Amino acid sequence: MTRPEAPLTSRTRMSQVVLIACALAAFIAVTALASLLLSIAVEGTGSLSWKFLTSFASRKAASAGILAPLAGSVWVCAICAFVAIPMGIGTALYLEEYAKKSRLQGIIQLNISNLAGVPSIVYGLLALAVFVRCFGFRSGETPLSFSVDWSAMRILSPGDPDSLWFIQIPFGSGVLAGGLTLALVVLPIMITASQEALRAVPKSLRQAAEALGSTRWQVAWRVTLPAALPTMMTGAILSISRALGEAAPLLVIGGFLMVMQTPTNLMSDFTVLPMQIYNWSGRPQEEFHRIAAAAIIVQLAVLLTFNALAIFVRQSFQKPLQS
Amino acid sequence: MTSLPASTPFISPRARPVRVRLRAVFEWLMESALFLVTGLSVITTLAIIVILVHETWKFFTMRGADGQLLVPVKDFLTDSMWSPLLSNPPRFGVASLVSGTLLVTAIAAAFALPLGLLTAVYLSEYAPRRVRSLLKSLLEILAGIPTVVYGFFALTFITPNLLQPISGSFGTHSAMSAGIAVGIMILPIVSSLAEDALRAVPQSLRDGSLALGSTKAETILRVVIPAALSGIVASFLLAITRAIGETMIVALAAGGGVAQLTVDPAAQVQTMTAYMVQVFLGDAPAGGVEYQSSYAVAFTLFAFTFVMTWIGALILRRYREVYE
Amino acid sequence: MTQPAESAPPERRDSSAVLPVAASAMPPVGAAAPTPPAAVAMRRFSAWYGRHQVLQAIDLDIPERQVCAFIGPSGCGKSTLLRWVNRMNDSIVGARADGTLTLHGSDLLGRTVDVVALRRRVGMVFQKPNPFPKSIKENVVFGAKLHYRLARADLDEIVEKALRAAALWDEVKDRLGSPALGLSGGQQQRLCIARALAVDPEVLLMDEPCSALDPRSTASIEALIRQLRTNYTIVIVTHNMQQASRISDTTAFFFEGRLVENSATDLLFTSPTQKQTEDYVSGRFG
Ligand SMILES: Nc1ncnc2c1ncn2[C@@H]1O[C@H](COP(=O)(O)OP(=O)(O)O)[C@@H](O)[C@H]1O
Ligand SMILES: [Mg+2]
Repeated sequence: MTRPEAPLTSRTRMSQVVLIACALAAFIAVTALASLLLSIAVEGTGSLSWKFLTSFASRKAASAGILAPLAGSVWVCAICAFVAIPMGIGTALYLEEYAKKSRLQGIIQLNISNLAGVPSIVYGLLALAVFVRCFGFRSGETPLSFSVDWSAMRILSPGDPDSLWFIQIPFGSGVLAGGLTLALVVLPIMITASQEALRAVPKSLRQAAEALGSTRWQVAWRVTLPAALPTMMTGAILSISRALGEAAPLLVIGGFLMVMQTPTNLMSDFTVLPMQIYNWSGRPQEEFHRIAAAAIIVQLAVLLTFNALAIFVRQSFQKPLQS
Repeated sequence: MTSLPASTPFISPRARPVRVRLRAVFEWLMESALFLVTGLSVITTLAIIVILVHETWKFFTMRGADGQLLVPVKDFLTDSMWSPLLSNPPRFGVASLVSGTLLVTAIAAAFALPLGLLTAVYLSEYAPRRVRSLLKSLLEILAGIPTVVYGFFALTFITPNLLQPISGSFGTHSAMSAGIAVGIMILPIVSSLAEDALRAVPQSLRDGSLALGSTKAETILRVVIPAALSGIVASFLLAITRAIGETMIVALAAGGGVAQLTVDPAAQVQTMTAYMVQVFLGDAPAGGVEYQSSYAVAFTLFAFTFVMTWIGALILRRYREVYE
Repeated sequence: MTQPAESAPPERRDSSAVLPVAASAMPPVGAAAPTPPAAVAMRRFSAWYGRHQVLQAIDLDIPERQVCAFIGPSGCGKSTLLRWVNRMNDSIVGARADGTLTLHGSDLLGRTVDVVALRRRVGMVFQKPNPFPKSIKENVVFGAKLHYRLARADLDEIVEKALRAAALWDEVKDRLGSPALGLSGGQQQRLCIARALAVDPEVLLMDEPCSALDPRSTASIEALIRQLRTNYTIVIVTHNMQQASRISDTTAFFFEGRLVENSATDLLFTSPTQKQTEDYVSGRFG
């Protein structure tokens, strides 16, 4: 049998072509990032000032600022963190420590990956029905409202809208509804991150605790959770930074684009940085693009700080779990 | 100190044992609490489906003054025009919105899938360790950028600096501009997940191929990529799902308020998500036909992403090669 | 005809008392037939991983169409040496080598050596079976398709020949299209051998090919190796001394990066010239 041999030079050349194509692709990705950051820096740095950070929005670009969206972002993300982090960790604990390898776990796991694929704007529709309208409770009437007067240990009804402890049902599109909406959006991410953290805890550690006669909760609470916590916190920070960048579901539930005050309680109107950026970017005038770019710089600075924090937590609190 | 005699107990006889019954109750309470929290994620899915189905049903059963159905399902599916405001009677052919979404997604995918895969191959097979970790952190930054920023980038950079110099047919808004921005957004999803899949291929397979006299590229193309194929395809599907559901970029960059059935990348298009933003930001009265139509659109959108996610899960489950 | 390298470099002598050269220079007592020419030859071959030197001035000839066994305690550098013969170490960052290493007289270490062409001539079988996640047939023809343009009938012929040569044909002939990962460990390893044979190599390197297998599969692979030696030069690393004595013609004993003794297998096991060899083969250390 004669075998015509494939020419080697063409094979080596082919090999180089593949290498060059791959390196080129990586280079293009980096170029995209660089041009994005550069174009924003060029456009926005001129408008950054202390006044920009401490003024409310305005019809004139020159005097507009981002105080309201900054405050709104802080409130909304705090609520989101307060709800999503414990729920994410709780769900992960149940799936990894209680329902491990069960049929139920399979179903819930599939469900969670499904939720992660749901577009965030669809969560806005859910939140609109559940939080903003509370399923149509008292629709068309004045909402049920109350506030807590801690000094007199009394509950006032109807409530005092200036109090910090003012609640309305339905919630309307205030910071509470906004925070809960974002919690829905990031919950699947938080769950998955916490699960991965729990899975990274070596089995031997669990077995050691079980062999000493720990109950399941004791194993989870005293052994697994502390071991997984630094990684979980990293996941939590990344989830919250995702929430910080979301605009679409908040547009659906409320759509306040011009807010001239900072929130005072859970029912206050709010806007957030990405919504403000959207508003300014969509206008045709060049000067609004410049302040949009400035707002983006602020937003990216906050996100980078969060990322740095996540890396810091990961590196400084992570003890080696295995020798 | 002398050593303890063998009979001495380590625990003093005065120590009281924990109350076992109480502990069992506590165990039960904690498990139930965790179970309930876990159940919330299932309830969330169900609630989304119930709300979308309910409101969509309302939309399709709305009747005009003459008692006729305003929007029969058949019109919704087969009409080629989507014009809830400008035409009389209003037209609700979802195909125009779906085509807008698919056009933007196709442009994004054409850009991001090959580029993301090649980047992943570079990261996993070629890059020296330093370069690799640097590139990975850069891509992580890209992945963390809010999507509204990409929308801004499309409007103020991609359109004027990339598209308009090439062809005069590009206006301020275009499917192409939004598509490229969405592509940049999903690029890190593809590259990082595909890289994970490539790195999960055991080194022994690469060695086996090299030992038979393959070049590095042949090893990658004939062994490594086929072995990682299920993970790579899953990363593609996830990226496409994200592109379909992306809102802020298309709301800013894809077009004004006009939906049209077109495949021209220079044209303005309206996507399903952009239409929803338009409704909720505008002053369509709640309960009106225009307002209600956004739920039918959301239902369509949800159906698309739901199916994509399922296919991805199926592929991962059925075709995943399990290596030790 | 006689083994080359009678004159060892002087530095070697004073660096250690071990005398591998003397051992290899001694004509094999029992071997009446003249020693076949060397397929692979090493002179003062040393190898490093980064700063860590793992092989020190090895002088060794591997005779053509025979089975040569590498034995020695783990970590002594057997795999490293083997992987240099087909340059598998190229993909390890920081791996480098010095001295000479030749295949039928042509240099293997130079920068200009085409490793792809080299590996076609020098096949390798690994410790753990590593079939590709493809069908049995695709595994066998994988290498052949890289190097040759082949018609379908040629491919079928190659598959049958290679699988027969690897003593696997009868077990799999009815399911050539089914996934290779569905085979048992022993079958997978024989498939890997078939895959290596299908490119017509001259030399076959085997790094502990049986260590992941059960005794029955081991026996079948040993039988296979004995058959293959009529056509191929085989170098096998093994931890199992019985195995070495059963299948190999010559045996090289390594210790801490040095070649301690290299001679005909029956000689090395029955009357080793070095104390270290004697201790190792009699199981007194290692
Ligand atoms: N990839 C590598 N990088 C660094 N050192 C290595 C590598 N592979 C092996 N070594 C070291 O080289 C020495 C020889 O290893 P090896 O050739 O695998 O020994 P053997 O096969 O005889 O057990 C050992 O000390 C080992 O730790
Ligand atoms: Mg070894």
